[in-house]
Amino acid sequence: MKIAVCVREILDPEIPSKAFKIDAEAKRAIKLPEVELVISDYDARALEAALRIKDSLESEITVMSLGAESAKDIIRRCIAMGADEGILVSDPAFDDSDSFATACVLAEAIKKQNNFDLILCGIQEGDWDSGQVGSGVAELLGIPSVTRAGNIEVNDGKVVVERVVTDGRETVEMLLPALVTVSSEIGEPRYPSIRRVREAAKKEIPTWTAADIAPAIPRSEIVSLFIPSREAECEFIAGESPEEMGSNLALKLREAKAI
Amino acid sequence: MTDRKGVVIVGELSDDNLAPITTELLGIGRKLADDLGHELSAVLIGSGVGQVASEAIHFGADKVYVIDNPLFKDYLTDSYVAALDNLSRQLKPEILLLGHTSLGRDLAPRLAFRLGTGLTQDCIELSLDEERIVHKTKPVYGGNAVAVYVCREGRPQMATIRLKAMEPIACDDSQQGEILPFDPQIGQADIRGKVVSREEDKLTGIKLEEADVVVCGGRGIGDHESFQQLEELARLLGGAVGATRPPCDNKWCPAHYQVGLTGKLVSPLLYIGIALSGASQHLAGVSGSKIIVAINSDPEANIFRVARFGVVANWKQVLPGFVSKVKELLAN
Repeated sequence: MKIAVCVREILDPEIPSKAFKIDAEAKRAIKLPEVELVISDYDARALEAALRIKDSLESEITVMSLGAESAKDIIRRCIAMGADEGILVSDPAFDDSDSFATACVLAEAIKKQNNFDLILCGIQEGDWDSGQVGSGVAELLGIPSVTRAGNIEVNDGKVVVERVVTDGRETVEMLLPALVTVSSEIGEPRYPSIRRVREAAKKEIPTWTAADIAPAIPRSEIVSLFIPSREAECEFIAGESPEEMGSNLALKLREAKAI
Repeated sequence: MTDRKGVVIVGELSDDNLAPITTELLGIGRKLADDLGHELSAVLIGSGVGQVASEAIHFGADKVYVIDNPLFKDYLTDSYVAALDNLSRQLKPEILLLGHTSLGRDLAPRLAFRLGTGLTQDCIELSLDEERIVHKTKPVYGGNAVAVYVCREGRPQMATIRLKAMEPIACDDSQQGEILPFDPQIGQADIRGKVVSREEDKLTGIKLEEADVVVCGGRGIGDHESFQQLEELARLLGGAVGATRPPCDNKWCPAHYQVGLTGKLVSPLLYIGIALSGASQHLAGVSGSKIIVAINSDPEANIFRVARFGVVANWKQVLPGFVSKVKELLAN
């Protein structure tokens, strides 16, 4: 099995919201020194899904990322977790890529690398939450796709996906090659071993540029980006003891006609 | 692009009626169509869906295109994308809207790429600018920021809309409209993949998305047994229980309890967040709540930044006093 996993480097989304700043002019978030760059959580879970397949079926996993030079760190982390190879697609010419252009570039990179049986992506990016790159790559490659996988199994040239839907789970079966997007229901990603972290640090990560892959024309443009204003200050409920606070909370909610 | 005309919404059914999201789509679709001076069309696709076509007209549609065929009994990406691609190429709408539902989230991206156009998902607001281009507002960075998108390079302009973000118009039985069957001209050979089984979540009470009261637990709940206390509180308030990601990952509660951008999006009248920090992707999924209450021992927890009422204390000590007072109030 040849598996490709698309990953994205993002600002750590779990920072306190006061550490989150935006450049309204440039319409993007500002990376403050104390904020780390991390792998988008859904992508880490997509890699976990690939590794589970590799645990039971001989597989080669290639991680692909479109991003800045710094994204080599998350690619190395993926290799430390158990991926075999990594490719970075990076060039200032890709800087203005929206999710449409991102999918176009990733699809070209996947075509160039060739012959994948299965492509896995996170269900959505942890920064822009556009939720369309995976489906877009599948459409551009002309292969079938299933989104929001909670479990993935591969056998006899088929992929069987348990898809999370509003009121339950749906099991969908497709012939390979196929693309599957992974949701958090798949479970937590594994930790890399220290030995593998050391090995991954030495791994050569090839970089492809706009000379290898042509940039695509974006379809969406952001006209404004802002931090929503908080409507009201939080009213902290007083009380002599936690029990009394609980009781006072109930009275407050009755006053507000909420119960 | 000048020959493009009309607003099209993709409808969905729930228990043999129009789903609430569909009446909401008709509401915003009607407004945009009126502002543009265009027609509003609804598409109903599935098996046995024709019966609700007149209901779509009562909620504001001028025309209803019905794709009613056993081939569409199960939702499959290939069949639905192909059918709507054919319809869209024939109707050439200016705007195409879907719900941000299981169906919409899978269908809309792939359809947008096939049509070569730009899509914005999980929109909470749509409006037209002076050039009559749709401004599509959606939460980004896990709800820490809000972005407004436009699509200048492709048509139709596409969006998926968050549940309860839009108002339906009042149902009017006297409204007249056209119901048109549409043959998408696709066959079994065009469809890759199949649905082999379906399992419904075991629901013990009200659906999370429909509940007026949602009680959510986080990492600080600690274990499966403690989680049962939230179930009791939710039952008392006539609401439903949800969770952030850690309790789901740790199997203290079923995975379908997860509330947030990738779980369920909820907009209750009362949301009570207990022992949860308020991760941005969770808060983005509850931002439509009328009153947010937070109980957490850490006064710095993010949840207090969005809460209307807060209690800074150990939740296990707060709950007994809260529950007994609620019981007393509800009894009177």
